[in-house]
Amino acid sequence: MSTVTEYAPTQETVVPDQPGRSGDPGFLADTWNVMVRELKPVFREPASVLFAMVQPLVFLGLFAPLLPQVENGSALQWFVPGIIAMTALMGASFTGANLMQEIITGSHERLLVSPLSRSSLLVGRALKEVVPMLMQAGIILLVVTPFSFDLHVGGVLVGMVILALFSVGVGALSFALALVSKDQEWMFWTVQQTLIFPVLLLAGVLLPLEGAPGWLQVAADLNPLKYVVEAERALFAGSFPVDTVAYGFVGAAVVTALGLVIGLRAMRRSS
Amino acid sequence: MSEHTETPMIRTRGLTKHFTRHKKTIEAVRGLDLDVHRGELVAFLGPNGAGKSTTLRMLTTLIGPTSGSAEVAGYDVVTHQRDVRRSIGYVGQGNAAGHTQRGRDEMVSQARAHGLTRHEASRRADELLEAFDLTEHAGRPVSTLSGGQRRRLDIAIGLVHTPRLLFLDEPSTGLDPQNRANLQEQIKRLHTENGTTIVLTTHYLEEADAIADRVVVIDHGLVIADDTASALKSGLGDLVTLGFGSAHDATVAESAAARLHGDASIERTGSVVTIRTRGGAEMVPQMVQDLAAAEAPVRRIEVAGPTLDDVFLDLTGRSLRETNDTTDETPEGAAA
Repeated sequence: MSTVTEYAPTQETVVPDQPGRSGDPGFLADTWNVMVRELKPVFREPASVLFAMVQPLVFLGLFAPLLPQVENGSALQWFVPGIIAMTALMGASFTGANLMQEIITGSHERLLVSPLSRSSLLVGRALKEVVPMLMQAGIILLVVTPFSFDLHVGGVLVGMVILALFSVGVGALSFALALVSKDQEWMFWTVQQTLIFPVLLLAGVLLPLEGAPGWLQVAADLNPLKYVVEAERALFAGSFPVDTVAYGFVGAAVVTALGLVIGLRAMRRSS
Repeated sequence: MSEHTETPMIRTRGLTKHFTRHKKTIEAVRGLDLDVHRGELVAFLGPNGAGKSTTLRMLTTLIGPTSGSAEVAGYDVVTHQRDVRRSIGYVGQGNAAGHTQRGRDEMVSQARAHGLTRHEASRRADELLEAFDLTEHAGRPVSTLSGGQRRRLDIAIGLVHTPRLLFLDEPSTGLDPQNRANLQEQIKRLHTENGTTIVLTTHYLEEADAIADRVVVIDHGLVIADDTASALKSGLGDLVTLGFGSAHDATVAESAAARLHGDASIERTGSVVTIRTRGGAEMVPQMVQDLAAAEAPVRRIEVAGPTLDDVFLDLTGRSLRETNDTTDETPEGAAA
């Protein structure tokens, strides 16, 4: 440590109490602050979003070519919406690892002692998930559009709204898992890794569920991601079946509601 | 402002915290009564697991007390958490800045969390970065900063809203002696120049001795002493260590010394006799003559003033230095 400049605050800052305060920030301002803080590293190092999508890109490159040709439309057209949903699931479910790192290194504790409300600490973080998800979806669409994939912009935009909702929910669940795991990293990764592939397979992301046995159908029907993926497939194909899309929204909304309830509970108990 | 000169910055009454670990109740803090007034610089001194950090975590609203009450900056820590959080600065044992973040981003974010305007937050961040010699590192990822730089950043973040009361939990743990000295210098300056009330925990005797106006010694969740470092030490005498040519001489000296200095505490180990007595340094010349007359000539003399470790030893029968080396059971850490 070199010599330190004298700590001499200006006149303004020694005025007691509230120098330059804009008043009491409410929930929205707090949430915005937390979200902006979370986004800073993403914008400072945009390439970081690529690390979180290595697996989906591998599936896209090595799995998609193996798919049999389907009757109407290309295999890619069927596969891409699922892969984008997979990217959203992967990215958002990893995100708790960042919080866990902050629990271990101490910055989470600093935020708990700041005036930011517990709910804003959870909601702001979860909302941030939308941004990397959109960036990743954009990258995938950019990669596949030159190939046998037709981009239907309207459908894709509606699909992104559903996925945004889904990402917020999964992100909140991932934060809850991190808060419960505290500094036990193995616990976070064990639970995350154990859940992620059943959820993916039971959503028909890699292979269609049509020929599945009854018990597997039932399990898939209980998986909110299945409805999200079905809605995405319809929307990405340029169609708009109201019931399928509505089910997609409901599936994503269920995850969001669950995530926020569990996440808020975990954040309030955090110390 | 006047109300705060009368109301203590911190007031606890019967503050208690119990943890349950493996069906066993750990009484981390047992009925703490403490007043800290505006402008004080107080060190909580004690071994690991003594309850210092648990106390700090209750005062900063991180954990709720099991019983008793605490008011910080005039607000109850249970019913007015947000007011407490707005009024205090807190530098925990870990790093305030996220390791993937940039230092300046974190400072601005913290200032905004405290309600500073965008412009003011930015100005204040730059001012503190300058003051803590961090300007050139402000744009680097926190993970790439050195330990000393990170610690300075922690403190800068804790000060961004100009708190009247600053808590520091083990501020210099893990720093090398050079960085530790610089940090202590900075804390002292913050106190003398800004009048910031500061409460810090430490298990370094030298640190408490060097910077605190007031030392609160905590052991097993209880305050066992509370005074200025010099007042705590003045209760104890100087330690005079006398070396003799043989164990026999030392035995003779031991009984002679016991005769001559009835109120001193005297111990002999082999050919060495230690005498703890008030004003020991002044007594030594006479002591040497007396012992020579008693046919126990002194070969070697060492006189040491009392340290805070002697205070701790006197109060608990244990040396804080040794306790630090052996104890690693921290209920507050386990419950964090």
